[in-house]
Amino acid sequence: MDFPVLAFSVFSTIAILGSLLVIFKKNPVSSAFALVLVFFAFAGLYALLGAHLVAALQILVYAGAIMVLFVFVIMLLNQDEPVHDLEATGVIYRVVAVLSATALGAVLVRAVLSGKSLVPVGSLTDEKIASLGGNMKAISEQLFTDRIFHFELTSFLLLGAIVATVTLAKRKGRGEEGGV
Amino acid sequence: MTAFEPWMLLVVSVVVFCIGLLGLILRKNLIVMLMSIELMLNAVNLCFVTFSKMHQLLDGHLTVLFVMTVAAAESAVGLGLVIAMFRNLRSVDSDQIQLLRD
Repeated sequence: MDFPVLAFSVFSTIAILGSLLVIFKKNPVSSAFALVLVFFAFAGLYALLGAHLVAALQILVYAGAIMVLFVFVIMLLNQDEPVHDLEATGVIYRVVAVLSATALGAVLVRAVLSGKSLVPVGSLTDEKIASLGGNMKAISEQLFTDRIFHFELTSFLLLGAIVATVTLAKRKGRGEEGGV
Repeated sequence: MTAFEPWMLLVVSVVVFCIGLLGLILRKNLIVMLMSIELMLNAVNLCFVTFSKMHQLLDGHLTVLFVMTVAAAESAVGLGLVIAMFRNLRSVDSDQIQLLRD
């Protein structure tokens, strides 16, 4: 077994088992750490596919920024006991949930295995990307020429998100009831 | 020729997406529900990168960059909502959201 196959098996196993841990752990902190594991496994898969910029951003943005946000909120809420929400739902509800998720998975797997792509194949092979100066340079050139409008739009989105979050999470004034 | 086929990655992506969907349906803890949404977004990102590799284009990578931005904004706003809810209800259980007014 050569290296890519071995790495693929390891990373995909970690990703799937880690996702199962995320949804079945009772304590949200355990879920958060399982999610970090999944993010790193996904970064490994991106690197295997030659998407080096996406792999680096996956670690920086997801495992860095978003996970810190999650852990910070869990710490801020400071729940006394974990919510036993898995036991709270009925058996029928759980069976139907598992069945519907499995059904969707079966449909998607069948689509993946038997589907045919309608998109014409481009010219950017690995050698071509290497000759352009690497994955990151090729992406950056497309991002800042063809997609510059979308890139600028994301800054509006982030500004909106900042304003919304500050408004939502702001404590009430002194006289009012409130505060976490 | 890579030693593993793209369809294997697509199957991994589908499996992780369905696990995320299952978590979203099964759990009542809003923080874990947001984590499940992150799982689903990651699965779709893996799909995009794999398609990008299959078609020898870089558009998938660019889409992933935008999806990551949206995911960051979404989790920031979502966690802000969770904090606002915890302040009012002292709980992050989604079953506790049952009042239409104060």
